[in-house]
Amino acid sequence: MSDIEVPVLLDYVPTPELHPGAMAGLKPFKASPEHQAALGFPGTLVDDWQEVAIRRLGELVEGSRALRVYLDSCVKCGACTDKCHYFLGTGDPRNMPVARQDLLRKVYRRYYTWAGRLFPWLVGATDLTKEVLDDWYSYYHQCSQCRRCSVFCPFGIDTAEVSMAAREILDSVGEGQKYCNEILGKVHKVGNNLGLPEPALRNTLEGLEEDVKDATGVDVRFPVDVAGAEVLLITPSADFFAEPHIDGLIGYAKVFHQAGISWTLSSQASEAANFAMFIGNREQMQKVAMRIREAAIALKVKRIVVGECGHAWRVAYAFWSTLIGPFDFLDPRYPRPQHICEVTEGLIARGALKLDMSANDDKVVTFHDSCNVARATRMGDRPGGQFTVPRSVIRSVCAHYVDMDPSTIGDRTFCCGGGGGLLTDDLIELRVKGALPRMQALNAVVQEKKVTHMAAICAICKSQFTKVLPYYGLPREMVVSVHQLVGDAIVLGAKE
Amino acid sequence: MSAWTLVYAVLLYVAFVVLVGGVVYRVAIYAMTPAPLRIPTMPAPRTRTGVAMRMGREVALFASLFRGDKWAWIWSYLFHASLLLVLLQHLRYVFVPVPAWVVFESPFGSYAAFVLLISLVGLLGRRLMIARVRFVSAPSDYLMLGLLLLIAVTGAWMRFVGRVDIVGFKAFIEGVMALKLKPLPASPVIMVHVGSVVALMLIFPFSKLLHAPGVFFSPTRNQVDASRLEAQAEGAPQAADAERGPRTPAPAMREGVR
Repeated sequence: MSDIEVPVLLDYVPTPELHPGAMAGLKPFKASPEHQAALGFPGTLVDDWQEVAIRRLGELVEGSRALRVYLDSCVKCGACTDKCHYFLGTGDPRNMPVARQDLLRKVYRRYYTWAGRLFPWLVGATDLTKEVLDDWYSYYHQCSQCRRCSVFCPFGIDTAEVSMAAREILDSVGEGQKYCNEILGKVHKVGNNLGLPEPALRNTLEGLEEDVKDATGVDVRFPVDVAGAEVLLITPSADFFAEPHIDGLIGYAKVFHQAGISWTLSSQASEAANFAMFIGNREQMQKVAMRIREAAIALKVKRIVVGECGHAWRVAYAFWSTLIGPFDFLDPRYPRPQHICEVTEGLIARGALKLDMSANDDKVVTFHDSCNVARATRMGDRPGGQFTVPRSVIRSVCAHYVDMDPSTIGDRTFCCGGGGGLLTDDLIELRVKGALPRMQALNAVVQEKKVTHMAAICAICKSQFTKVLPYYGLPREMVVSVHQLVGDAIVLGAKE
Repeated sequence: MSAWTLVYAVLLYVAFVVLVGGVVYRVAIYAMTPAPLRIPTMPAPRTRTGVAMRMGREVALFASLFRGDKWAWIWSYLFHASLLLVLLQHLRYVFVPVPAWVVFESPFGSYAAFVLLISLVGLLGRRLMIARVRFVSAPSDYLMLGLLLLIAVTGAWMRFVGRVDIVGFKAFIEGVMALKLKPLPASPVIMVHVGSVVALMLIFPFSKLLHAPGVFFSPTRNQVDASRLEAQAEGAPQAADAERGPRTPAPAMREGVR
């Protein structure tokens, strides 16, 4: 913890001086040949990597209007340059969104545009050298694909699309990232990111049933593979054992229990997360998503509900229809798919849950908008529901709620610093520094509004904050699941 | 008839073909490239009409840039608005006779030249003085600003300072358009002005100037937020939120179906 220079929290986040190369040496561990092989990628850097990479780049551009338009359209206006949390935290100019895009754009221009072929020096086009490839590996693993830059771009250029494409190219030449690719292997082999096998999962859930029984005296079930249940719950596997995630899972179970909704988890699809999005590989993304469709059909459920996980909700909300739709086999009276916060908010609005807000009277709560939920999805039926629905849930169960600085929430929210496949210890320096803008805004409400807890609806956010809060002198226990607050406030057995 | 007349006439024909052909080709490629995944930057409109309004705000007001960087917005908005006025003023060289609205617009278009000059200096100043912007600037970024400055300076000089044979120049342009060449007035300023415009036209389809057609094809801005509606078969009942109890779906949701 001592060898990282932790930024000092001020009243605001200053736009840093440029420190070229400050983070150039930072590279996450590379995937082993076995991790690579499991996903169908070459085990190590292939001999003709330059050729393969350039060809793959061309294929990706041909298959993605976003990538093609974004590589052509940037005018270098600079509006994005001070918007990335990793730039604000590190000062490395290659972490400015436009500069990050340019690492790929300069190669695209060199091989796929007239200007770059004829006048490379004029338009900043360069050959794909090993040095450039190394820069890709380094800097495309310093992007959490949070899309904050795209909000401010006059053309909506989305750096996430560029960084996903770059990672796909790196995978295709054998330079995969260990964290993401190892996890994807576990999903295929065991069913979830954490590699928690079915017996261990059942054991954990039985333990939770006992815990809740001990605490409340009520038999709240945590069912697995119950065919014919109404709801299939898809949730990040961190919810099965990590703090504070597990209290969120208890919250979901209490909501279903109290509303009388039969539900089940699936041992085959015991994971909501889809890390294939992070590595930009569409086949993998479809394969990972397909487990969930298959599980839903096998279990004959009528609804799919997604638990508190940011990028999982993005994949479910925005991509499932393309990847694994249509969802004709699900009950059309409900959104397909539905977020757990939508379920809870609807039940509260209908008066189906008896809540005792005093259970959370010891807390002053704020809410961290997770980047993928905020900028890539919706909840409810109005634009911006992804901001109002979780807040409405929190306000229903907490008397004391305050928002952080408006420029750090809503669609301008800052990434926690660990998203996009960067939640790994080999990137801890980046994670600490990238958390700076969120830590600053949180610290401000802690100092001024006496905030004691920050609620989140994303497993990555929760894990990341739990890890980095102490670096900034804030207690790790202040991170809570939204459904922990709900679970604590539900009066079980009050309504039959 | 001088050789210059022939050279400039040919340059104009080539530039026109390259500009129009190049942009049409590029736009066709954008249109034909698939965009399978839904990636609108949220919150996004739920209807086609809403998307048209969002795009209108981007194109007419530079709404996202306004949120992102106020100084960049001021300079670029002044630049694009004054460039538009100046271009409209130039329609007097294209239409015979000159339409009344072009005559009316003419003084605005003329004085907009000063705004154009100031905004270009502002854009160049930003690029040079802000270290973050300087870091991401290539020689071509400066050259395009330089070219635009050259066009604006020579244009303003002809309009407000020096005297050139503008009647003769109009006759030349009419000749070019009618494919019956008439002499280009032997004025170095006209030649520099027209020459740099030709250069800009030639650069357009091969450079970042493609941002003009590109913005309309940006999936983060032009997609409807309708993923959950696409998740069901055509004609299926709309997704209400039955958790809240029965109710009729909002009309807006129906429009949202592509």
